[in-house]
Amino acid sequence: MTERLDGPRVPSEEGTASTRADTPHVQRRLGPSPKVAILFILPAAVLLAVWVVYPIFYSIYRSLFDASGTGFVGLGNYTTIFSDQSTFYTIIHNLWWVVLAPIVVTVLGLIFAVLTERIKWATAFKLIVFMPMAVSLMAAGVIFRFVYEQDPDKGMANAVLTVIASPFASEGYPDARPWGNAKSPIQAQDGAIVTKQQVQAGTPALIPIVGIKQPDVPADAPVAKPAAGPGLTGTVWFDFTRGSGSNGAIDGSEKALPGMTVEAVQNGRVVATTTTADDGTFRFEEIQQGSYTLRLPKENFQASFSGVSWLGPAPVFAPELGLHIVTISIILAFVWVWAGFAMVLIAAGLSAIPRDALEAARIDGATEWQVFRRITVPLLSPVLLVVFVTMIINTLKVFDLVYIIAPASVQPQANVIALEMWRVAFGGGNNQGLGSALAIVLLILVIPFMIMNIRRFRREGT
Amino acid sequence: MRKVRAAAILAGLAVAVAACGNAPTTTPPTASESAPATGGAKTLQGVKLEVAAKWTGAEQKNFEQVLKAFSDKTGAQVTYASTGEDTGAYLGPRIQGNNPPDVAILPQPGLVQQYADQNALKPLNDAVIKEIDANYTPYWKELGSADGKVFGVLIKAAHKSLIWYRSQAFEDAGVQPPTNWDELIKASQTIADSGTPPLSLCGASGWTLTDLFENVYLSTAGPENYDKLSKHEIPWTDPTVTTALEKIQQLVGKQEFILDGTSGAMQTDFPACVTKVYGQDKAAMVIEADFVATEANQAGAKVGEEAKYVPFPKVGDTAPVILGGDVAVAMKDNPGAMALLQFLASAEGGAVWAKLPGYLSPNKNVSPDNYPDELTKQLGQTIISAGDTVRYDMSDLAPSAFGATDGKGEWKVLQDFVRNPNDIKGAQAALEAEAKKAWK
Repeated sequence: MTERLDGPRVPSEEGTASTRADTPHVQRRLGPSPKVAILFILPAAVLLAVWVVYPIFYSIYRSLFDASGTGFVGLGNYTTIFSDQSTFYTIIHNLWWVVLAPIVVTVLGLIFAVLTERIKWATAFKLIVFMPMAVSLMAAGVIFRFVYEQDPDKGMANAVLTVIASPFASEGYPDARPWGNAKSPIQAQDGAIVTKQQVQAGTPALIPIVGIKQPDVPADAPVAKPAAGPGLTGTVWFDFTRGSGSNGAIDGSEKALPGMTVEAVQNGRVVATTTTADDGTFRFEEIQQGSYTLRLPKENFQASFSGVSWLGPAPVFAPELGLHIVTISIILAFVWVWAGFAMVLIAAGLSAIPRDALEAARIDGATEWQVFRRITVPLLSPVLLVVFVTMIINTLKVFDLVYIIAPASVQPQANVIALEMWRVAFGGGNNQGLGSALAIVLLILVIPFMIMNIRRFRREGT
Repeated sequence: MRKVRAAAILAGLAVAVAACGNAPTTTPPTASESAPATGGAKTLQGVKLEVAAKWTGAEQKNFEQVLKAFSDKTGAQVTYASTGEDTGAYLGPRIQGNNPPDVAILPQPGLVQQYADQNALKPLNDAVIKEIDANYTPYWKELGSADGKVFGVLIKAAHKSLIWYRSQAFEDAGVQPPTNWDELIKASQTIADSGTPPLSLCGASGWTLTDLFENVYLSTAGPENYDKLSKHEIPWTDPTVTTALEKIQQLVGKQEFILDGTSGAMQTDFPACVTKVYGQDKAAMVIEADFVATEANQAGAKVGEEAKYVPFPKVGDTAPVILGGDVAVAMKDNPGAMALLQFLASAEGGAVWAKLPGYLSPNKNVSPDNYPDELTKQLGQTIISAGDTVRYDMSDLAPSAFGATDGKGEWKVLQDFVRNPNDIKGAQAALEAEAKKAWK
C-alpha cells in the first residue's frame, strides 16, 4: 500500500532552489476549471478507493474477527500479537531493522556520493553501485542465500574469511575424542585430552583416540606401534578397526597419529613436552622418575577456522532484545541493494549545492572535513532526510529478503511483521483475522513516517 | 540403473498387454475405437470425465496410462488436468464457479474435511464403498470420511518409514544395518568412532523432523495413542510423548552423531541433506521417505548398491509404517466419476498402476509382485505386513498452522528440541501450547 507514496519523487532539487517555485504557484490558478479537474482526478480517486482505502478499512474490520471470519473477538487479535512471544518478537526485529538499516544505507550513500564527485570514473563507479537496484529483491535474496552459505566451498562470505584465516590455521586433528564409554583410559578436559591414571616410566602409556574425520587422517600415516625402550613412553593412535571398533589395544592395522604434542604434567605443572613420531610413539628424554599425567593440549584438536554461521541464530548480540546474527546478515543484503539508490539521490542533491559556499569556506581556510561537516551535510540535509525516511518505510515493510535468506529453522529468529502477516494469513496459518491485525500494526508503524514525508512535500510546495 | 530401466520396459509391456488385450500399439489415449476389453460391455461409452491432480511429468504420464486402462474397460473418455503444486488454489475457484472436475486427487486427507464442509464433495456410492471395504483397512476408510460419510479413497502412497544409508560408510565402520533402535544407536556410535558422522539431518525442513518423531511415536506408543495424538485427544504433555522424545534424544543429543553439528544441520534443507550422504559422501545415514531414491539417483548413487535403506527400526512394540499420500474424491455425482473411483480403489486398477515406476499402493490386495523393482516390492511388502497398524503422516492430519508451517507449530518446536535435546519437558509444553492454539 505504501509502495507508491514513498517513491523516489526527488523533490529535493526544487527544495534547495525554492525561490523559483513561486512563479508556477501563480500560474496554477489559470489552469482548467475545478469541474474538469475533478473529472480527471476521478479515475485515479476511484482506483485509490477500491485498491487502497477499501482494503484498509476492510482489514481493520477483519482484524476484529477470528480465523473463520464469523466470530467477533474484539481486540483479541491485537492482544495476541503483544502477548504471544514469537509474534511480539517480529515487531522487535522490525525495530532493529529500523535502527540499523536506514542509518547504514544513508551514511554509505553519502560517502559514495561525496567520494565519487572527486574521481575520474565516477559514472562507471556509480553505475556499478547502482546496479543491484536493477535486481529484484527476490533475486538479491537468492544471491545472498548463496553468499552466506556455511560451507566455504559454496558460500562466498565464508570462502573469503577462511582464505584470510588460513595462514594462521594450525594443522590439527579436529573432532578427535576419547571413546564414549567409561572404560576409556583417557578423558576430555577443557578441550584437551588427559590420561585418567598417572603413568610412570617403564610402562608405555596408551592413548587411543577415535572420531577423526577420514580426510584429516594423513593418507600415508604409518601403522601405530607400541612404544618400547626406557623412559616415559607411549603411543597416540587412531583406535578404530573395521568390524571390531575400538578396544584400547594397538591392533596392528590401526593408523598412528604423528605430530601430536604431548605434555607430561606433575602437580598441575607442565614438566616436559614432546611430539609423537611417525609411528605414533613418543618418549620423554631426561625426565625424572615419578608419576605423571599425560596431556594432549587442545592445540592438537583445533579445527581450522571454518567461517561464520551467517544465517544461524547464534551469535546473539542482544539476547533479551532478539538481535541474532541472521538479522544483521540480511540487513547487509538490504544495504547492498539500496546503497546505490541512496547514492544516486544524494549525488543529485550534491550537484545542486551552491559551489560558491564550498569555495568560500575553502578560501577561508576550512579543512576538507570541516567543509564536509559544516557545509555539505547541512545543505544536503533535506535529501538525507528523504533517503532516511524512505529507508525507514522500506525496512518496516521488508519481506522478501527475510523470507528467502533466512533458513526455515532460523525464521523465528529473523521474522519480521510483514512476513509474519503473510505466514499467519496465507502461508499455512489460515488466520486472516490475526493477519489483518498485524497489517494494521504495520500500518500504524508506517503512518508517522508517511506524515513526515508528506509534511516535507507540503513545506517544499509552498 | 540398468535393472530399473529393464524393469520399466517390462512393466510398460505388461501394461500394454493388460490394457489393450492385443495390438500393443503406442496410440495416444484419444478415443477408444478398437481395443476390445476382455470382459463386460462398455457401460460408459461416450461419457466424458475430468480428473484433476497435482502430478506432472513422468507421474502424470503414468497416471494417464491408468486412466487409459479405465477408458479401455468402460469406454469413458477421461481428460487429465494438472492443478499445479497448490491444489487448493486451483480447486477453490472452480468450486466457487460451480465447475469442479468430476474427480479430484487431494494431496492431504485434511482437505477432505475442508471440502466436505463446503459441500463440494459427493458421498461415494455403495459400489465404491464395497471396493474400499474389500481392499483397505478401516483406518483408511475413516481417513477418507467426514461427518460419517465416505468421500475419498487413498490411491497413492509415499512410504515414510525408512532409513537410507550409504553402504560404503557402513562397510568402513564394519556395522550391519540396524534392526532395532538400540542397534541403530550402537551402530551410530561405531560409525562416529570410525570418523564419519552417522546422521545427515535435514533440520531446516521441519517436516523431516516430524516424520522422525511420528515413526518413533508410532513404534513406542502404538497406533491407538497415535490416533489420539493426531486428533489432539491426548495432550502433547502425555508420558508417551516423553518416551518418544527421550528416544530421539539418544540420536540427536550427541554432537558427534550429526553432520556439521546441530547448527550446520539446522541450515540444511531436504534435498541438500541427501546430497551430503550420497553425492559428497560426508555422512552415513539420512532418515526420510522412499522419494529419497530420486535425490540419491541425481547425486550419482545407484539405488540398491550404494544407496540402500532399512525399514525404520522398531523402537517399541510396533514396527512403524507411516504413509503419506493422495486421496481421490468425487466432486460431481455421476456414474462416470463413481466408476472411476471404484476402478482406482480396486485391486485391478492398483495393479495397472503398480507396474509403472514411482508408484506405491496402500491397497492391501495389490500384490507387491506387480512392482517393477525390488525396492518397491519390499516397500509394498512392509505395508501389507503392517496391516492394521499402518498410519498416515500425523503432521499432515493436523491443522496446517501446527503441522505444516515454516517457523511455527510442531516444525519450530522440534527444531528447537534438536538444538536443545535436554529440554524434553520444555519441548512438550511448547508443543502443547502450539497445539492448543491450532485446535481451538
